[in-house]
Parts: sequence; C-alpha cells; structure tokens
Amino acid sequence: MSEPVIEMASVVKTFGDVRALDGLDLEVERGEIVGFLGPNGAGKSTAIRVLLGMLRADSGNTVLLGGDPWRDAVELHRRLAYVPGDVSLWPKLTGGETIDLLARLRGRFDAHRRDQLVERFELDPTRRAGTYSKGNRQKVGLIAALASDVELLVLDEPTSGLDPLMESVFQECVREAAAGGTTVLLSSHILAEVEKLCRRVSIIRAGRTVETGTLAELRHVTRTSIAARTRTPVDLSDVGGVTAIDVDGDRVQFDVDDAQLDAALTRLSAAGVLSLQSAPPTLEEIFMRHYSDDPDAPADAPA
Amino acid sequence: MTATIALAGTVPLARIRVRIDRVRLALWTAGLVVMVGASAASIDRLFPTQADLDQAAAGSDNPAIRAFNGPAQALDTLGGQVAFQIGAPGFVIAALASILLTTRLTRREEESGRLELVRALPVGRGSSMAAAAGVLGLMNVVVGLGVALVCLASGLPAAGCWAFGLEFTTVGWVFTAVALVAAQLASTSRAASGLAGAVLALSFVLRAIGDMTNGVLSWLSPIGWAQAARPWAGERWWVFILPIAATIALGALARALLVRRDLGGGLLPARRGPAVAAPRLATPLALAIRQQRAVVIGWGAALALFGFVYGVVVDSIEDFVSDNESMTDFMAAGGGGASLTDSYLAQSIRVLALIASGFTAQAVLRARGEETSGRAEPLLALPVTRRSWLGSHAGIAAVGSIVVTLAAAVAMAVGVLIATGDPDQVAGLFGAALGYTPALMVVVGAGLALSGWLPRAAVATWALVAAGMVIGVFGPVLDLPDWVSNLSPFEHIALAPAEATSFVPLVVLSVVAAVLAVVGFAGIDRRDVPS
Repeated sequence: MSEPVIEMASVVKTFGDVRALDGLDLEVERGEIVGFLGPNGAGKSTAIRVLLGMLRADSGNTVLLGGDPWRDAVELHRRLAYVPGDVSLWPKLTGGETIDLLARLRGRFDAHRRDQLVERFELDPTRRAGTYSKGNRQKVGLIAALASDVELLVLDEPTSGLDPLMESVFQECVREAAAGGTTVLLSSHILAEVEKLCRRVSIIRAGRTVETGTLAELRHVTRTSIAARTRTPVDLSDVGGVTAIDVDGDRVQFDVDDAQLDAALTRLSAAGVLSLQSAPPTLEEIFMRHYSDDPDAPADAPA
Repeated sequence: MTATIALAGTVPLARIRVRIDRVRLALWTAGLVVMVGASAASIDRLFPTQADLDQAAAGSDNPAIRAFNGPAQALDTLGGQVAFQIGAPGFVIAALASILLTTRLTRREEESGRLELVRALPVGRGSSMAAAAGVLGLMNVVVGLGVALVCLASGLPAAGCWAFGLEFTTVGWVFTAVALVAAQLASTSRAASGLAGAVLALSFVLRAIGDMTNGVLSWLSPIGWAQAARPWAGERWWVFILPIAATIALGALARALLVRRDLGGGLLPARRGPAVAAPRLATPLALAIRQQRAVVIGWGAALALFGFVYGVVVDSIEDFVSDNESMTDFMAAGGGGASLTDSYLAQSIRVLALIASGFTAQAVLRARGEETSGRAEPLLALPVTRRSWLGSHAGIAAVGSIVVTLAAAVAMAVGVLIATGDPDQVAGLFGAALGYTPALMVVVGAGLALSGWLPRAAVATWALVAAGMVIGVFGPVLDLPDWVSNLSPFEHIALAPAEATSFVPLVVLSVVAAVLAVVGFAGIDRRDVPS
C-alpha cells in the first residue's frame, strides 16, 4: 500500500532523568483504526505530543503524513485533528464559539456537519465553556475534530467523561470517518471500545512498544479458559499447550493455547461433554499480561 | 456545635497552605519589611540635621505631594518623614499582597477543582475560607511586627514604631476581607483579584482627593484610616477600631455569601452566549483579543481614573505656589527650571506608566498561562504557528500598553482642562505619556525572552515591573546608587513635560526591546510546549 501515515522508530524522549519514551516504535497505515494502549504513565500522551510536534524527540525517527512533525508542524496540522484526554477550553467562550474557532483555524470546516454533530452529541452550544462538565468539554473537542475534513484523527482517551450513550455515538462517528478513508489513532483505556473499533493495536509500557499486531494475531498467542463437565473423567496432561488443569470429579477446568484448542476439545468430546463454557480471549487478558509487575517477563511465555 | 462543625479541619488546611505557599508568603513578608527598613535607614541618612528636616517639611507640604503620599504629619521629624515617604506606597503593596494571596488561597483553589476534593472530606464549608483568613491574618501580624522592629532598630520613638506596624497589619486585614468578599461575588480568581484591586484603587483615589482637600474623603478609605493613626505625630490609637471593625464586618459578609452560593459558582448567574462564533473569531489574534479585552478595559479604566484625579487637582498646586514663594524655588530645583505644575504632571505620568507596566507584564505572560493551563495545546495542534500564538498575546501587551497609558493621559488632560481651562497645559501630556512606550516595550521583550527560553522563570517579568516601581517610587527615599536606578528602563525616560525629551534613550530602549523579542520568538520555536 502507500506509505504509512504514522511511522515512529526507536523514538526516545527524556524529561530530566525520566525516559518517557525509550525506543518507541509505532506504525499506522492509511485508512486503519489503530488502538494505542498502555497503563498510566506508559508514555502514550508523550508519544502523541511528539507526533504533533509539541515535544521534540531526543533521538529516533518520526514521520507523520510524509513530513517531519517538528519541522512541518503547521502544514501537517492542516491534515489532522487532535482530541486530548482532558480538553481545556477558554472559559469565556461558549461551546459553539469554541467549536467554530477550532474548526475554522484548521480550515476545511463543514458547518452542516458541525450542526449535525452538535445534535448527535446533544451539546448545548450556548453555554460558556467554564460551566461545562468534563464530558461536555470532551464533546466540544470531539465535535470540532469530527466536523473537519482531515486525513488523520489523533484521539488521546477521547471518551473519558462521556456517558455510555455518547460513547456509542462516538464509536459510530469514528466508524463513519474511517469508512470515508480517515486514518485513526485511538489511545484508550476502554478496552471494549478498542476491541469494537480497532483491527490493530499497539501496547506500550514504560516508553517501549511491547506488543503490536492485529487483534487476531494477538489472540493467536493467547490462552482460552475452558470449564467443562464430562461423562467420564478426562486426562489432558499429555495435550500440548494445556495448563492450569484442575479436575474435580466430572468437572474440569484448564487454560489452553488457541493453537491447541482443537486437540483439547477432541479429547473432551471423547469423554462425552455434558456442558462446556469457554471464556474467549479478550483484549483485556492480553493487556493484563503487560500490566504484570515484571516488565521483563516475555509477553507470550510458553506454559 | 454548628460553628465547630462548619470550621472542622481549618487548622490542618491552614498548615497545608503555609507548607505549599511558604516561599511566596515569606517573600511578600520579607519584601515588605526589608523595603520599610531600607527606606527608614536611608531617610535617616538623607536628613542628618534638624535644618534638613525643616527644609524638607517646608518643601513636602503641598497638595501635589500630599496626593501621592498622604497627609503631612510632623514632617520636621524623622518619624514623620518615614511615615510620609513609605506609608502610602507601602500600604498599597501590603494591600496588593493580601489581595493576591487571598484570591490564590480561595477562589483559585475552587477554580482548579481542588477545593471540591477538600470539601468532600469531613471538612466544614467555611473551613477553607477560615484557613485562608487565618494564614493571611497571621502573615499581616508578622509584617506589622517586622515593620515595628525595623523602625525600632533605626532608633525611632517606640510608640510610633508600633503604630506604624499596626497600620500595615490592619491595612492587610481589611484588604484580605475585601478579597474574601470579592471571591464570593466573582466566579474566577482573576475577576476576584480585579474586583478587590478596584476597591484598592478607589481607596487610594479617595485618600488622594481627601488629602489634597479638606480631608473628609480620606475617612472613607482604609489607607486613609491607617494614616489617620498618626504614627510619630501624636498617635491616635482609637482609629484602629475602624479597620478592625471593617475587617470583622466584611469577613462576616463573605461568610454569609459563602453559605448562600454553590461550590464553583459566583453570585452572578452564568449567562448564555451565542451558539455560533462571529465570523471574525477565526485567528489566534482574534482569540487573544477576546481573552484580553476585559483586561485592557479594566486597566485602562483604572489608569484613566487615576489620571483624571491627578489632572483635576492641578489647580490647587497653582494656588499653593502663588501663596508660597520659597516653594517655587524648591520644586523647580528638581525640574531644572520647569514650572511646578509641569514637574507635578511629569511625576504623575511616570507613576501612571509604572502602573501600566503591571498590565504589560500580565498581558505578555498570558501566553505562558495558556500553556500551563493546557489551553495552548488544542490551539497548537491546529495549523497555528507558535509565533503567531505567542505574538498575538505580545501584540496585545504592546498595543494595550499604549492604549492604557494614553487613556491615563487623555483623562489627565481632561482633568487639567476642567481645572484650568488652559489648553497649553495639556499639549505636552500625550507626548510625555507616549514617551514611556519604549520602556513598556522592554517589559514586553523581557516577557517574550523568558517565555521563549526560561518558561518556568517567565514570572520573573514581574521582577522588572517591581524593580521599576521600587526604583521609581522609593528611589529618591532609598538614595539608590545610579547603577541600580539605571536598571529600571523607566528611569531613562525624560520627565516630560518638565524636562525636554531626549531621544537617545528611547532608541536604545527600543533596540533592547526588539532584540529581546527576537530572542524570545527564536526560543519558542526550539523548546517543548508545554514545558
């Protein structure tokens, strides 16, 4: 395909003694929605600020929309829209004025789309920004970003403070934008949201990329939890990839690598399955493994 | 019972405040005490003999000087001179300290959302305000004690020293209470400071008019009350009942207002506004104008008020001079043969320009404030250059400085015209006011250079303003060496219309300002934002 929209390679950014980014890699292809995950303080916002040319990386290489985000910041900003996780607004301006100002400064502003978005997000644009709740401030940022015709949306935990209804409106809007060819980088803690929207995710920890790939790829190295009742007791100890076996009479519980799932199920059905529960591999499980206290532990350690 | 619950947690809250703001509190306190101590010591040196004091007393007691300094009380004594020279400006600084710290400890906490966190604890509704009042009340006691002690150390009579110290304490108390009320009425810390600052300005103006005329209006001003206690001039201790009663009454009012309003709200309901932006709101400059419009208007109005008052009383100076031949010689000695009126007008314009530099610093530092509050981020993520963002605020600082200084000059001219009907008197005022533009531009340049290269130290721009004020207002009293006086850009501007304008310093200051600005713009493109 064409060149990537975002390409960060071995990016390092330090603040004093703190290495906020410690060799970060991130690649986003045109037209995709990429989830950008990591625990608090992992460096997600720092990475985004480097991408936006607000912070200057100490070393490494960053290419944004074919340009240098530091040198070409103004030109590149015409082609993208950004929503921070905590939108700070000018307290004396109304929400409507703020949306218009931000969108006009970006250019390519569609007033009709703005009105539609104000309606969909149920925002009262006549109130002063100083009186808005956190959720309403996020709406202002989102509407101003979504009302512009841009190639890239950079969203840094954009739905924090939004209620579930508005979250689903947000998801619709992002899908529509992606359908129109817009690339989206979505940093989020809401894993269900990322799972619904993103085909690919990157997980960072302590300023480094620890996992990146499509959700399908990530699931591939994940274990599924199975709980079953069988007619006769079943022995799974010789099946590869099965761990944490717990047999209690006719009940059995175990985790199995997805690659060995078929072999394990064959063994189960030979014993006569009475009931079966499987917990599908969730993004949360993948993510939780990277939250583990030991950052040096291999992410996909074999059992 | 209810009272103890309403004030639960006050002491720990006050402790935390002292811990957080210990440097700020110590700097204001030490600054005030050192300023008084240094001035008292140099007054001692300035008037070594009784003959010097007598001459100074004869020269000082005229309406123009009273307008700046207050009533003439025992000016032929060292104590009288200390109270006269340091009192009025010292009280203004003490009041400003109390106002700025009070709004910082109350409304700003509320604005930031931190107070919400505190109120959710088992802490009384009035505790945060009581803690702020306690901290400021104590700070003002320390200021008063320090002032009394430095005066005692310079060998002044004890009773006057204690009275003078108590004046500083009670002025601080009154304006702490004023700021507490303002913090209930306004819904932002900026607006609260502005409101309390307007009360301070009004107090100064009432006092100035009162001291030039029959003194009645001075009794309406907290600064006038302080001066009515007459330190070293037959102390009148009962006068202190006035500021103490006012503090208690205003404190009770603030408390009553506090329990009648919601957390985060002011007493004025939030108005709705337009759902769409006016077409011109489409550039960083338009946004900056929208943000700073009220600031320019506020400072312009305050300066115009001062200018008008200083202008309208010019008449009484002429009356005074015609009554007193020796006075003419005395005043003219400073102005190089200029008329007393011109010397007075020139000095007034310098003071107004020094006050205007406060606006300049505030306006140019707005960009840095936008950065630390996170509001610069959504703007700079747009196709907006950092230079146009920083430059918009600097441009408002530059143009606004000229606007507010001219507002003061125009109002002063109107005042002079009303008083004398003589257009010749006012012709030189506008040029004299505009003459301070290069000095104000140096303040803009300093703010830009610091914002560009040392953003965390950008607040040091205020040091330039403070230095200008101290050198301009206390310089003659402090008897500063030339190299110190030369640090203030304002001292290089001729005292027009009393002195002829000299153009070399104007050019030099303009070049300095331009270089600082270029340096600042170069820096902003090289650093992290926010940093």
